[in-house]
Amino acid sequence: MSETVVTQYTAKDFKSDQEIRWCPGCGDHAILSSVQKALTDLGISRENFAFISGIGCSSRFPYYMNTYGFHGIHGRASAIASGVKISNPELSVWQITGDGDALAIGGNHFIHVIRRNVDINIILFNNEIYGLTKGQYSPTSSKGLVTKTSPFGTVEEPFSVGELVIGAKGKFFARTIDANIALSTQIYGQGARHKGTSVIEVLQNCVIFNDGIHNVVTDKEVRDDRTVILKQDEPMIFGKNRDKGLILEGLKLKVVRLGEKGITEKDLLIHDATEQNSGIQYMLANMKYPEYPVALGVIRSVTAQTYEQDLTDQISEVKKASKIKNMDDLLNSGSVWEVE
Amino acid sequence: MSKSSQVIEKEEVVIRFSGDSGDGMQLTGTLFSDTAALYGNDLVTFPDYPAEIRAPQGTVGGVSGFTVHMGHSEINTPGDYADVLVAMNPAAIKANVRWIKPGCTIIYDKDNFTDKNIEKAGYISDPIKEEMLEDYNIIAVNITAIVKEALKDLGMEPKAVQRTKNMFALGMVYWLFNRDLQYTEDYFDKKFKNKPDIIEANKIALRAGYYYGETIEALTPVRISPAPIAKGKYRNINGNTATAWGFIAASEKSGLNLFIGSYPITPATGILEELAARKDLGVKSFQAEDEIAGICSALGASFAGNLAITTTSGPGLALKSEAIGLAVMAELPIVIVNVQRGGPSTGLPTKTEQADLMQALYGRNGESPVVIIAASTPSDCFHFAYEAARIALEHMTPVILLTDGFIANGSEPWRIPQMKDLPSIKPPIAIKTDEPYFPYMRDPEKLSRFWAIPGTPGLEHRIGGLEKTMKGTVSYVPENHEEMVRVRAQKVERVVGKIPDLEVYGEGSGDLLMVGWGGTYGHLITTVREMQTEGYKVSLAHFNYIKPFPKNVREVFKKFKRIVVFELNLGQFADYLRINFQEFSYEQYNKVQGVPFTVTEIKDYCIKLLEEK
Repeated sequence: MSETVVTQYTAKDFKSDQEIRWCPGCGDHAILSSVQKALTDLGISRENFAFISGIGCSSRFPYYMNTYGFHGIHGRASAIASGVKISNPELSVWQITGDGDALAIGGNHFIHVIRRNVDINIILFNNEIYGLTKGQYSPTSSKGLVTKTSPFGTVEEPFSVGELVIGAKGKFFARTIDANIALSTQIYGQGARHKGTSVIEVLQNCVIFNDGIHNVVTDKEVRDDRTVILKQDEPMIFGKNRDKGLILEGLKLKVVRLGEKGITEKDLLIHDATEQNSGIQYMLANMKYPEYPVALGVIRSVTAQTYEQDLTDQISEVKKASKIKNMDDLLNSGSVWEVE
Repeated sequence: MSKSSQVIEKEEVVIRFSGDSGDGMQLTGTLFSDTAALYGNDLVTFPDYPAEIRAPQGTVGGVSGFTVHMGHSEINTPGDYADVLVAMNPAAIKANVRWIKPGCTIIYDKDNFTDKNIEKAGYISDPIKEEMLEDYNIIAVNITAIVKEALKDLGMEPKAVQRTKNMFALGMVYWLFNRDLQYTEDYFDKKFKNKPDIIEANKIALRAGYYYGETIEALTPVRISPAPIAKGKYRNINGNTATAWGFIAASEKSGLNLFIGSYPITPATGILEELAARKDLGVKSFQAEDEIAGICSALGASFAGNLAITTTSGPGLALKSEAIGLAVMAELPIVIVNVQRGGPSTGLPTKTEQADLMQALYGRNGESPVVIIAASTPSDCFHFAYEAARIALEHMTPVILLTDGFIANGSEPWRIPQMKDLPSIKPPIAIKTDEPYFPYMRDPEKLSRFWAIPGTPGLEHRIGGLEKTMKGTVSYVPENHEEMVRVRAQKVERVVGKIPDLEVYGEGSGDLLMVGWGGTYGHLITTVREMQTEGYKVSLAHFNYIKPFPKNVREVFKKFKRIVVFELNLGQFADYLRINFQEFSYEQYNKVQGVPFTVTEIKDYCIKLLEEK
């Protein structure tokens, strides 16, 4: 849009004047801070950001951002964001959503925006519960979870966000933890720079209705041993003492201990998010504790044409080839006759 | 080509081409009507086809028809009953027998009246006898055999030969109405550019039909002189194309890009298809994953500063209702086109009806007023699409444009407008000033808010579905909510200052005022004109602006003794009038059969009313 020099922003520049109404202790506060921080580093003017959301606790997010924002209706943010981005490709468009908003009521829009590869950045707050309606199970709740609408435990299989994204032909998938501001800020920035739909799953804690649901992997005491932070071109190594790693054994990933059975760093898998073949990335995205560490970082990031770029190109080609340059031309095209 | 010396002069004629859905009847009818239009007749056409793409061959369910009503004077309907029926199979007789005039001409393909086809159509032996049509002007032609013979030297596949049967029939009808073959032959040349044998075959079949008509002496040629129509450039246009073009025109006039987010649904798909084809004019079309994504993507485009459109039919309007509510709350301009069809549910997808009025008016949660406009003819869809866009943009409101299957698919000659003559469109786009921008600050006269477009420095703001204050802050304050509800309603009401008065066709006072809205205009105006010519004191008030009403409705209504509301539903507009203008009483004439009114039935009804007093 504007060719002017972009102001150097601080996170404060992205804070709106609205009072934040999330519960004290909610993971959303940290996500908001990380995003505001990430935006300062993108070289994009504030007026060119648009934050779009659906319904749910996460979807209040745009109100707290001093950018353009549109708080939509339940599940439809992907569709609204698609319209914003396609009609003005120069905007940096962000969709803020949750596990219910994106994967239940909005599941159809979610898979289709990914399939089309519209260049929007989707931050999916996954707390495995419906918070705003006060505690019902969601499409990511573990089977058996007791909630207000599953008093005897759910009998449903949950979705895995990464599996769904890759299944929908996703080009960018990353995972982070709400409270890990350094990692999150870095990942939001990478998602923003990626051309095409990027989905970032945030393991977010709902302090009221599902408190501690991710603690088993996110607690300070255990997180180094139960998560692996994937870095491009680096071996998949993790653990407090950096003594564990991942290898491919047969068709499956396997956790190994460095030094045991002669295994060294050289035997470990090297992470490549840019590999088109999603096989390993798919397995990484699906890793669950306790069999595996949970993968964090950018799991998949491959380049492809975006929807809006293809559309813009097509329009300019058709424009070039057509004799019809304006509405009067169109009105007078084809079979036209004169009545004298 | 020689002409018979004996010619019948007629004012108007209705021709119905009918056959299996694979028989090419839509093309046949279109070519005929284009030729008639080029000749200078006024006309209205109406295609009528089954929902199934290829329903079982030879069955009544699979019959596809195309009606052309052409005349020397002004034509407003596709005609009630046909003067000429072209029937390519027995099922075409079955499907149309109730829609033909006594004694009409029936041209049919005798070779296709096999025992099997006769049985499939539900007859026992001879459809003509069983329907007691022997006294009609029956022209039985061995079309199948004749085209086979005529094309035998081309060495074509039998199937390809059979595909030219419709052109033989068309040739006969051209002879009957003394029409030139040039336009049709040019069409073949263009359409089958790289298939010279197909061009040749169609031309031979067309001419064979023409000469056959001349030879058999069973037909007396009919002359329908050109209609005395206003000078200018004309083209044929159907309602869906006209709708699409109205939006492109509005986009060009307003200087805003056009975005359509839609999902295919009969009978509205033509608008999306036409706009998708108009990339040369920069239209961005987005075929969404469903109806909801269609409107939501359009709302996103509207938020981003585009002229945003979504198109649908009844069931799709139901799916879009939550998002229309969001547009009401966010006060974003958007046009929702509902090409009405028979309902409820899937109903009669390819048939016409006017039963979505209440849905358009009230089909949302909360106090959720939108502007509602209805187009009334195929060509005025252009004008009303333009109007819908103009009102949406200038008043920052969703507008529902109602058309219907009848006008969407029907076509008529249209005097081409010039862009310079169309009214200006000036959306209230916010600009950065020293004053702070608040999203719900309003224009004092229209009450519309100002549109701050993402990308504009200094106007960053948030809108959404939650109730807000003028500043855009979420608010649950009771008084604020009521104030905002009232101001949104007022904003829609104030559109009244920007729309024309209700017109009366005929005397401004009298015994009977016929009232209609939307796509029934052609039948109602034809009825009124005929009755007026016969000396009856009857007038017509036809509504295109439904919400808000034009400001002079009371003035019009009070000058008539009786008011009858004609509509293709059970009385939705009549009820809506009862709510709004309670001092009058309304009689109703309703029809819910998936087909338009006939002039005959309306006229009979009105005459009876006037005589019973």
